[in-house]
This record gives sequence, structure tokens and C-alpha cells, in this order.
Amino acid sequence: MIENSKAKSFASPLLWANDIFCSKSTGISWNSLAALCWIHRAKMDTNLVEMFRAGLNWVTMALDAPSARVVLFGVRIQWHIFVEVLLGFVIVILLSQKSYKPPKRPLTEQEIDELCDEWVPEPLIPPITEDMRHEPPVLESAAGPHTTVNGKDVVNFASANYLGLIGHEKLLESCTSALEKYGVGSCGPRGFYGTIDVHLDCETRISKFLSTPDTILYSYGLSTMFSTIPCFCKKGDIIVADEGVHWGIQNGLQLSRSTIVYFKHNDMDSLRSTLEKIMTKNKRSKNLRRYIVAEAVYQNSGQIAPLDEIVKLKEKYKFRVILDESNSFGVLGRSGRGLAEHHGVPIEKIDVVTAAMGHALATEGGFCTGNARIIDYQRLSSSGYVFSASLPPYLASAAITAIDVIDQNPELLVKMKQHIALLWKGLKDIKGMSLASDPESPIVFLKLENSSGSTKEDLLLLEKMADRALKEDSLLVVSSKKSFLDKCRLPVGIKLLVSAGHSESDLVKVSESLKRLASELLL
Amino acid sequence: MITIPYLTAVSTYFSYGLLFAFGQLRDYSRRIFDWWSTNNLHGYAPICLAHEDFYIRRLYHRIQDCFGRPISSAPDAWVDVVERRTTKSTRCLNLGSYNYLGFGSYDEYCTPLVIDSLKKFSPSTCSSRVDAGTTSVHAELEECVAKYVGKPAAIVTGMGYATNSAIIPVLIGKGGLIISDSLNHTSIVNGARGSGATIRVFQHNTPAHLERVLKEQIAEGQPRTHRPWKKIIVVVEGIYSMEGEICQLPEIVSICKKYKAYVYLDEAHSIGAIGKTGRGVCELLGVDTADVDIMMGTFTKSFGSCGGYIAGSKDLIQYLKYHCPAHLYATSISTPSAQQIISAIKVILGEDGSNRGAQKLARIRENSNFFRAELQKMGFEVLGDNDSPVMPIMLYNPAKIPAFSRECLRENVAVVVVGFPATPLLLARARICISASHSREDLIKALQVISKAGDLTGIKYFPAAPKKQEEVKDTIKLD
Repeated sequence: MIENSKAKSFASPLLWANDIFCSKSTGISWNSLAALCWIHRAKMDTNLVEMFRAGLNWVTMALDAPSARVVLFGVRIQWHIFVEVLLGFVIVILLSQKSYKPPKRPLTEQEIDELCDEWVPEPLIPPITEDMRHEPPVLESAAGPHTTVNGKDVVNFASANYLGLIGHEKLLESCTSALEKYGVGSCGPRGFYGTIDVHLDCETRISKFLSTPDTILYSYGLSTMFSTIPCFCKKGDIIVADEGVHWGIQNGLQLSRSTIVYFKHNDMDSLRSTLEKIMTKNKRSKNLRRYIVAEAVYQNSGQIAPLDEIVKLKEKYKFRVILDESNSFGVLGRSGRGLAEHHGVPIEKIDVVTAAMGHALATEGGFCTGNARIIDYQRLSSSGYVFSASLPPYLASAAITAIDVIDQNPELLVKMKQHIALLWKGLKDIKGMSLASDPESPIVFLKLENSSGSTKEDLLLLEKMADRALKEDSLLVVSSKKSFLDKCRLPVGIKLLVSAGHSESDLVKVSESLKRLASELLL
Repeated sequence: MITIPYLTAVSTYFSYGLLFAFGQLRDYSRRIFDWWSTNNLHGYAPICLAHEDFYIRRLYHRIQDCFGRPISSAPDAWVDVVERRTTKSTRCLNLGSYNYLGFGSYDEYCTPLVIDSLKKFSPSTCSSRVDAGTTSVHAELEECVAKYVGKPAAIVTGMGYATNSAIIPVLIGKGGLIISDSLNHTSIVNGARGSGATIRVFQHNTPAHLERVLKEQIAEGQPRTHRPWKKIIVVVEGIYSMEGEICQLPEIVSICKKYKAYVYLDEAHSIGAIGKTGRGVCELLGVDTADVDIMMGTFTKSFGSCGGYIAGSKDLIQYLKYHCPAHLYATSISTPSAQQIISAIKVILGEDGSNRGAQKLARIRENSNFFRAELQKMGFEVLGDNDSPVMPIMLYNPAKIPAFSRECLRENVAVVVVGFPATPLLLARARICISASHSREDLIKALQVISKAGDLTGIKYFPAAPKKQEEVKDTIKLD
């Protein structure tokens, strides 16, 4: 190390730097580097520095000359003050320049007018094609098991009149007295003098029938589901729904803005794996509300949901169940109390049960039943309840009478089940179609075996089949119909809605007719 | 426009603040004193978070006797309001039901026909319209409605709310624009949201703002991509149910024609109630029905039934019948209700052989104008245009809502009061609906009771007009 005094004074900060940056492995230290520089400098010291110093002195004197004797505020002005002032000016000018932004040019009035003139909207509706002009059959009498179309007597398998209550005298009596007392409409929503005592009686009767704490009545079957779901499911919640649910439920799911995951139609393994995936993937999902939405008897396929397995899965993963019992209320179970009785599950395990009354109960409207907190909440937050007029009172009294009839006549259910079994026997060996519904469901669904590939073609073929059944054999059957808004992709087919009011000859007739038409049209 | 007096605004904010503070205090003490009460749902997220139903629990439940009052008779001019938890009922004058033409109870022409059709067709068809739910009554109803409204064809569904929710998504989808009035009904908002189109709002009943919004939106195009819009639908209502105002239809229709937008008119309250023959706002304001592309309405208010309709060109209705979910999947409208609508239309048009229809229409117009004029003379702040049967009286303060309602009920007059969230927070009101079945004596009694209740609650925000009798007395004295 050089014990030079100059080297030492420079070496102390360098030592500090050395402590921080030096790498012992390389053997290079800051100290040695500095020492090297100084050795170099010491050699060139004499010539270069002398010249440099002379030049610097001369410049300083030249610049100092003009202000050599100026004293401002007791400070001698030196040449460097001018340089600093100049630099200061330059900085000020640069800062005051506006930064470069590409100029914004909003559209002028004239340009806006031109755009408005040029714009051509699409027509309100696309052009009408021939298949859109199909007219439905017009009934001239009540839609019971036998009805009149175009003056001819027709066997009706297209009404969801499962217990044959259409045309029942008790129902007609109670409706007539309600009409004479209350008129037809209720003229107001439930919050503003639209609550008639018949509504309250109907709600109590349904709660008693199903042994649930409370019930709320809706004025339209389709609006029940799409008002209930957005009431409880908000943005951010998780809903696991069956892919075959009907349009009302799909609309409710869309309006709720929650995250929706579909599982394969009526497949419990798919449901289990979906629930597993959701609960393990997302640790945060413990604080989110989670729902499973299913139908008891699916309108689009006639399958029955295995409620006992769903309840087991729900309790394992802590989900809540919303069940639509439109086609199973009054039909399944020993006394018609629905899917819970059918599977032997206590109804308290299902959190929300909704149903449309336009099926077994032969009236209109819908209801939702569950525990008191859930029902109370809907009375103020369910949009289809608060912002819409209430159910006409005669339809509510028809519902009460229908439930009384079901309670007192359990043999209707037995008859209906027998008819379903008979129909299954008759349709077992139909060609070109196969029975895709559950053997106990009142919706007997025949799906097309060989689909042509395009849903539209299939629907047209089925429509032709239903038309011919009506014209040639006087039979009304349901062919699947799809709106473009419906997202369900289940196979299409012919639906037969079995009623307790049909006779055995009706069932034989429909099996023969369908077998004949299937062999003519589908092969 | 509603201009709230400064002092009233301050006192209303103060009242709400006080209620909010007390509500929070009660919630807090409930949390302290009740923390040991368990509920069985461990591991489940609460179905309703505390702040979501705070308003319901702490503000609404205090005055819930003013809402949802049960009745035990038909919703006619006089109605039996049931006292809760008893079987007692009191006969009250009904100023709350939507019974504009008085069809809400037993009618000598309509009800026998309805009972006949009930016996023939049963309360329900249990089937959707395309399967086996179309009866001859439904076909007749659609023709009748189309003729009445003044359009080539119509389609009828079982519920007015569901009509909007199911039709708007069929007509417009992603890539379209819906411009709706800021005070439109929830059913229109739900239908618009369900369609997936972009939604823009224009100031209530202001055609100038509508024009500005239209120009801006057409020039800008779709958000982010700036592609031109596929189509634009402007949605307005005939009578707005919370304001009683009639829409400025001629200006709006001319603006929409200029910018090639489609007009959707929701006549829930105005069909059957205004216009010389009850044909709604188009007749009243002289707008040609061919200029309005889609006319929608409900049968609950003026026809005393249930259900909704859409009227338009034949092609439009055919398209809707093929695609509308309410037509394909929902149970068809109950046949006796359909018969009631047909009979009510026949009475209104005088086709039943009497002039009851014309009498009803004249009576509702007289009643509404008389009532509104008298209320304004007394110094109440009444909203709404002339000829409209809906009259909101401003209350503002949250404490006056139950006070006014209970005072009126004590004197056997049943009124409807509305607060947040159906109206803006500061603008609570009492809404009167006049019916053709109210007689002049009924209205005078109602005026007396409302005046007394108004004095007690202090809602006469405007100075009362001087009484004419005083002037006459003065002149006599001079003589």
C-alpha cells in the first residue's frame, strides 16, 4: 500500500466502498484500483497538469475581467454566476413549454349529422319464413282429457292436467262464488290493497299441505322462478344448475348476475365433481353464498331428480338447494306432497321450493315455500311480487279447492300412476324413438333416436308428426318447441302428458298411433 | 318538476339520519346482547347480509301496517279493509286500487259472460299457447285487442310484468341499443337487462335530451369497437305511475322517426283510462298508431282482469308467437279472464247495446279533473297532468308517511303511500287513483278527510286559494 498522504485522504471513502463492494475471491479491491490510478497520475502530473492549470487561469481571468470589481449585496460577482443564471433561464423556459399531446378533435355538428343520416338500422324483425306461420290448434271446449278441435272430438295429451281436475265441479263451484264476490281482477299489487283474504287463505293452505312454515303466492307460473332466484343470488355468488332447466330458471340465473356453472343433466357424478372443483379451487368461496338449482321433474326431458343424493351432497359441501316442483307437486309421493315425500327426505332440508300451479292444480299462478325468513324477505325484494298485480282471487280459491280435492282423493294419484305404466308398456317397442323420461314421471318423453344434425330440421319433423296425429287420429301431443333464447341443448322429441282422467282406450290409441307415425316418418 | 322547499329538504335529511342512527344503535345492541343465540346453519354463508336488509328491518318494519293491508271484498269504490290479526273489517273509501273504469267488481254485463266461459272452459288450460292452450276465446281476444288499440295484430300473455321481460330480449340483443326513460318501470328494466343490449337513459319526459342522447350514440357507435348499432329502441310509458304525468309522445315519435329508431310504448296505466274512447295516449295526443312500432299494455288496471298484450304489425306478432318464451313455455292466460277483457272492451266501445262505456269514460275524466283542481286549491302539492287519473300528493318527510296513512284510515279512507325505494329518498308521496265508480259525494268526503289529515301533518306546502264564498259575501254586504 502506498503511504502517500494524498492517497490516504482519498483512500478513506474508498475503504468504506471496499467494505461494501469488494470481492475477496477475485482479489481485486477498490483500494488497489485507486492506488493504480494515482500511480498513473503521479507520472503524468508534471506536463499535462501544468498546461491545464495555465489554460484554466487564463480563462478565469478573461471571464472575470468584466465583473472584476463588481460587488452585489456584499458578494463579489464571479463569472460562474452568469453561467448559473443562464442555465436557470433555460430551465424555466423548458418547464413552461406545454408537453406534446396529439390534438383532440371532437366530431363537429356537421359530421354528427352526416353520421346520423348515413346510419341504417336493421329491420326490427328478420323476414318471416314459412315455418314461422304454423298455427296452433284452437280448442272449442275445456282442455280436459277429451276436447273439441274443429268440431271433432280429440284426445288431449298436451295439457298438464295430471290429476284430471279440469272441469271438476267443486273447482267450478268455488270459482263461481269467488267471481260473484270479488269480480275477476285484484286491481293492485300486494302492497297496495291487492291482498285479498283468499290469497292469505291460499298461502296458509299450501303451507299446511306441505308442512312448511310459510308460503308466498305469485301471479304467474313462469315469473315465480325468475323472481325468486335474483332475490337471493346476487353478483359474486355461485350457482350450480342443471343444464336442462327450463327458460324461466335460465332467465332468473341470468338476471341474478352470479357465476353459473352447469352440470350434466341429472348426472350426480357430474354434480359431485363440479361441487368438489368449486370448493377446492376457491378458498374464498367459504364466504360466498352457494346454491344448487334443480327441477323435481324436468320439463324438457321428464327425468326425476334424485333428491336424496342431492341433499347428501348439499350437506357435505354446504350448498343451499332451490328446487322447482312444478311438475311434481300433487303428483309424486304417496299423498302428492312432491319430491321430498317421494324420496323420503324431510322437506326442511330443501331451502327454497317453488312451483307453478298451472299443472296438477289446474289453476294459474305460482308459489314459493320455505322457512319464514326466506319468505318474508321475498315479500319486499322479489320484483315479480312487489311490482306486479296479485293473482286474481278466483284462481286462488281454485287452488285451495284443488288441494282439498287432492287431500281427500288419494286414488287419483294411484290411477295416474297406473296410466303411466300402461303407456310405458304400449310405447316400449316404438321404432325411431326411445323413452327418455323416468318411468314414474307424468311427462312421458319420446326422444328422437337419429337426429338429422340440425335442431331446426328435427323440430320441423316432429311438428309434422304432431300435425298428422291430430288430423288423422284426433290426438293432441306436444312436439318440442325451442325459442332462440332457450339455452338448453337436450335432445328434442314428443311429449305426452298423462292424466288420471284418461281412459285405457285413450292410452292404447295413442300408443298405436305414435308407433304407426314413427314407422312412417322416421325410417 | 318537483321543487322541494329548502327547509323541508333539511328536515327530511335530518329525519332519515336520525332513523339511520337509531337503526344502527339497535343493530349494535342486538349484536352485543344476542351473540350467544346460535342458528343451525354452521358453515353456510348468511343468506342475507346485515346491510342488505337494514332498510327493511329498521325503517320499513316500523311502518309496515301502512302497506299490504288485506281486504275482504272486491276492490271497488268502497272496500272492506281487514284489521290485521282479527276478523273485523271496516268499510273504507278506496283511493288506492287501479280500478279506473270500475270493472273491478261484479259487473252486470261482464260477470255472467265470465261465469259462462268458466263453466265451459275451466279456470285454466294447463298448457302453453302453442300446445293446447289456445281456445276460441283467446283467438277472439287477440283480434278484439288489435282492433281496439288500432294495430293489425296482437299477442296476449298472462301477466303484464312477464310481457316486458319476455318480449324485449326477443326483439333486441347484443349489439343493439335501448334508450329508456329514467323513470321506467322495473319490468322494462329487467327485460332490457335480460336482453344483453346496451342501455342508456334519457331525462324523464324531455324530448330535447332524448335527441341529444340519440345523436351522440349514433355518432359514437357501439362501446369500444365503434361499430354502428344494429338497431335502437326507445322505450317510454304512457302514464308514469309514480308521477301521474303523460308522456310527450308526438315530439318523441317525431325525433325517433328522424333518427330511424323504433318506439316501444308501454301503456300499462293509460289504456282504457284516457282518450275520448279510452284508446290511450295515442288518441289523447293525436299520434297515429302506425308511427309507434310496438304498443304494449296491461289489462289489470282499466279492464279489471289480468294479463298483458303487445300490438304491432302482422309480421311482428307472427315472429313473436314463434319465439317469445312466454308464448312457448308459460301457461296461457286463464280463459275467464280473457272473456272479461273481451266483455269490458265491448262495454267501452258501446257494443253491448248501452252507453255505459261512454258514461264511464266521461266520469273518470270529470272525476280526475275535479279532484285535482280541488286538491290544488287546498294548497297540496299535486303532481301529474290534467286528465290523468293518477295523483301523487307530496309528503317528503318519512314521519308524515305513516301519519297521513293512519289518519286517513281512521276516517275510513284508504290511501296508498309510497316511499323509498319506489321513489327517490327525499320524495315520498301519497298516491291517489281515481275510479269511474267514485261518485261526487265520495270525492267530496275524500277531500274533507284528506284536508283534515293534511292540516294535521302539515303537507299543504302551497298557499291555499282564497275561497270564492268570501267574495260573494263581501259583495252582498256592500249592497
